[in-house]
Amino acid sequence: MNELQLSALLPFIVLAMASVVVILLIAFRLSHTVIQVVGFLMMCLVVFATWYVRDTLPQEIPPLFIVDGQAAVFTGLIIFSVLVIGLFSYIYFEEREENPKEYYILLFLATLGAAILTISQHFISLFIGLELLSVSLYALIAYLRNRNNAVEAGMKYLVLAALSSAFLLFGMALIYMETGSMKFSGIAEQLKTVGSTPLFLMGLGTIIVAIGFKLALVPFHLWAADVYQGSPSPVTAFIATISKIGTFAMLLRFAQSIHLQQYPLAVTIFSVIAIASMVTGNILALQQRNLKRLLAYSSIAHFGYLLVAFLPGNDAGTEAAIFYLAAYSITLLSAFGVIILLSSRQHEAEELHTYDGLIWKRPIIATVLAISLLSLAGIPLTAGFLAKFFVLSTGVHQAVWLPLIVLVLSSVIGLYYYLRVINSLFSTTVSAEAIPKPVHPFFHISTYITLVIMAGLICWLGIFPSVTLQGIRTFLMLH
Amino acid sequence: MILIWMICILLAGGIVSWLVARTSPLLAKWIALLAVTVDLLITCWLFSVYQAFPDNTSWYINHQANWIPALGISFHVAMDGFSHVLLLLTFFLGILAVLCSWKEIKEKTGFYFFNLLWTLAGISGVFVAMDMILFYFCWEIMLIPMYFLIILWGDARRRYAGYKFFIFTQVGSLLMLLSILALYFIHGDQTGKYTFDYFSLLHTTMVPGVAKWIMLGFLIAFAIKLPVVPFHNWLPDAHGEAPTAGSLVLAGLLLKTGAYGIIRFVLPLFPESAVDIAPIMILFGVAGIIYGALLAFSQTDLKRLIAYTSVSHMGFVLVGVFSFNNIAMQGVVMQILTHGLSTGALFVMAGMLKERLHTRDIDRMGGMWTSMSGMGGIAILFTMASAGLPALGNFIAEFFVLLGAFVNYPVFSIIATLGLILSAIYSLRMLQKVFMGQQHFTEPVKDISARELVIMAALSISIVALGLFPQPVINTVQHLSTIHPLLHE
Repeated sequence: MNELQLSALLPFIVLAMASVVVILLIAFRLSHTVIQVVGFLMMCLVVFATWYVRDTLPQEIPPLFIVDGQAAVFTGLIIFSVLVIGLFSYIYFEEREENPKEYYILLFLATLGAAILTISQHFISLFIGLELLSVSLYALIAYLRNRNNAVEAGMKYLVLAALSSAFLLFGMALIYMETGSMKFSGIAEQLKTVGSTPLFLMGLGTIIVAIGFKLALVPFHLWAADVYQGSPSPVTAFIATISKIGTFAMLLRFAQSIHLQQYPLAVTIFSVIAIASMVTGNILALQQRNLKRLLAYSSIAHFGYLLVAFLPGNDAGTEAAIFYLAAYSITLLSAFGVIILLSSRQHEAEELHTYDGLIWKRPIIATVLAISLLSLAGIPLTAGFLAKFFVLSTGVHQAVWLPLIVLVLSSVIGLYYYLRVINSLFSTTVSAEAIPKPVHPFFHISTYITLVIMAGLICWLGIFPSVTLQGIRTFLMLH
Repeated sequence: MILIWMICILLAGGIVSWLVARTSPLLAKWIALLAVTVDLLITCWLFSVYQAFPDNTSWYINHQANWIPALGISFHVAMDGFSHVLLLLTFFLGILAVLCSWKEIKEKTGFYFFNLLWTLAGISGVFVAMDMILFYFCWEIMLIPMYFLIILWGDARRRYAGYKFFIFTQVGSLLMLLSILALYFIHGDQTGKYTFDYFSLLHTTMVPGVAKWIMLGFLIAFAIKLPVVPFHNWLPDAHGEAPTAGSLVLAGLLLKTGAYGIIRFVLPLFPESAVDIAPIMILFGVAGIIYGALLAFSQTDLKRLIAYTSVSHMGFVLVGVFSFNNIAMQGVVMQILTHGLSTGALFVMAGMLKERLHTRDIDRMGGMWTSMSGMGGIAILFTMASAGLPALGNFIAEFFVLLGAFVNYPVFSIIATLGLILSAIYSLRMLQKVFMGQQHFTEPVKDISARELVIMAALSISIVALGLFPQPVINTVQHLSTIHPLLHE
């Protein structure tokens, strides 16, 4: 490994160090606040490191990794999300008076796992990244173990994630048996000479099962609602954004390397999964009265939409998918931010009636939530609309009409439940729930400000996407 | 540039009146009124400038700015006579909408005027946007504030009405978005220039089969807004439950965006397909005229009754547009204006009655003439207008449409004429039930107030003026026939 290659890995090394630093800080019995601040600084350092090494990209570190523009964009998105989630975690865990320090170790480890997924070009690094992510998540989900649903959610995720890992390994083994390589480029080369065999396709299928599980696509979505509901809200936000961004980045790289879209069978499978996810997700969300469960089903539908951009397998699709993930993460994080801000020690602000008439009580927070819901619903002037617009436009260009029509019709169904939440925000009967008093004014206010900035960001992305698009394009050139 | 300013005045006025409402609700009302009035004055001033133009077929304001150049999306606004007339209507009804909410809205005044002004901004944006994506943005922006107007200040079943309104329109919008994108890629693949600009897209050649599907996407969106009969389901609920100003804006302006869309986009972009589908659309139009009139006759809820008359009147618009005839097209534009005024007036009247009697049920009204003779007189004027009595604007409009349609579709035209008879029947029934007959209300009711008189007088004068001197309007929209190459076939 030469110097350039090492420097390309710098952001990931810093990210790995973050967990170690947190362990040391805990050993020295430093307070939650110190850990929070140091964690924040470490993440800033990661961003800085990414910025610092951007000129040396792309770098291949054979055989496991490749750090290119695409990886940088996804990593950037992941780090951005973890910055926000880290900030949200402080007030959430301080409210609960349970020792939250080890939480940060797990959080950074899981982030590292997701980041590794974005740069892996080999089955081994892929598996390590995925397991790092999953194993940290088992603990994170059940972190508040005294709460009602936490252990149940943790167990569910553990059993199903282990099962999906088994599927993944089996699929890898089959593909390795057929092609004799674990490196994506090696597999692709081998495929060119021998063509695809039934065993290879079977391997591909089982890998799709594993990925479908991680992305909570129908029919592998059964865990989503329970886990979303049972986890602490910051962890839910983590599962909904970072874990899925990482997995999707991995899927994208794998598909690009082996030209997945050239197999009609694979395209058909992904179309069916996309259609099923859009329809099922939106229909299941219709009658939800629990906001976290509702967001779980809505995210199932959203990843269905995202797959529509994935279907053509061209550059425009990649660009659309990245924009979609960016818009989706910002939107979802601000929605979860509002949930976290409204949660009190005794209960999670997840029941819909908690939000009745919120706009008259706390106009700013309610506006943030309303904007993010409108963005999820894909209403113009918000990032969600342009994201959906780009997905539609790649689909229209490739003439994948069936998924497109399903996308349009199912997002109309989706409107109903987003509108229902907005209705209750604007309802004239104001909920009697008392507003929790901020325990830590500084972090409370910074969370508040972050939320406002994120809402502004949603609108900015929705009105002036040029800069972001240009940025994504420049990064994608680096491969 | 001035068009952007006009939209910005409304947007800014909305935000300011929301902000000041906390300290002084009255000031918020005045700011809202001021913003719309300024826009109306600007439009009137432009009208006088425009009259001086020697060539009145052109787009005499045309402004284009970069927005998202990477995708060929620009901020392109332009105005011709047709847009101008519609803007005039928008701001005129806008002022009346602000005035008629003056007393009705007692809580959350600031947010109310914010939504009202933003709806108006969206509507005026729709009438001037010449970039398909900008158009789509405005199309949606007028929707969301309207939704809030319905669910926050509406009547008992407001939530149901709100959902229905939003979801129906959204189905159409998204299908239209698909069509816009398809058009964009077809045009881009042909010319190598990917753009959403209306004037570029006009010159797209399409395979007839493809063009038909793309046109359907647009047509469904506009047909839901207009509404054409099988898609009219949202209208009675939304109109019935909305607050008075909401109904006024819905009936007077929002429905017109559907008609505008068909005339501006469907016909010029897909001339051949539009000709192919014309007989079917005329059938739908005639069905709408008759069906709307029959349902209007059987309603007991005053606002729903007026809502169904809209369905009937909008049928004439559809018939006129798809008869591809110059006279019919002039009739359509007249119908757009006069229906906005007359139906708007009826909704305002319904609002005034509801404010006094706290009911919309016409069986519980009756004999109101004794206590409210002033309003009764005006009511007669507008029911007669709605029934298409000569000397009032609606007569010219419907007469022109029927005259134009008769050339190609005599049978449909004759059936549509029945609509005029039916409209006389339901109008007279409404008048009879509300103002004549047995008096149900014993407690004294106040007659029309000065503010209300101003609103109704403005409407009355304009509807009579349009009936007697329609020529200025017809002049401004003469050129509509030149942008439709197939119109004279």
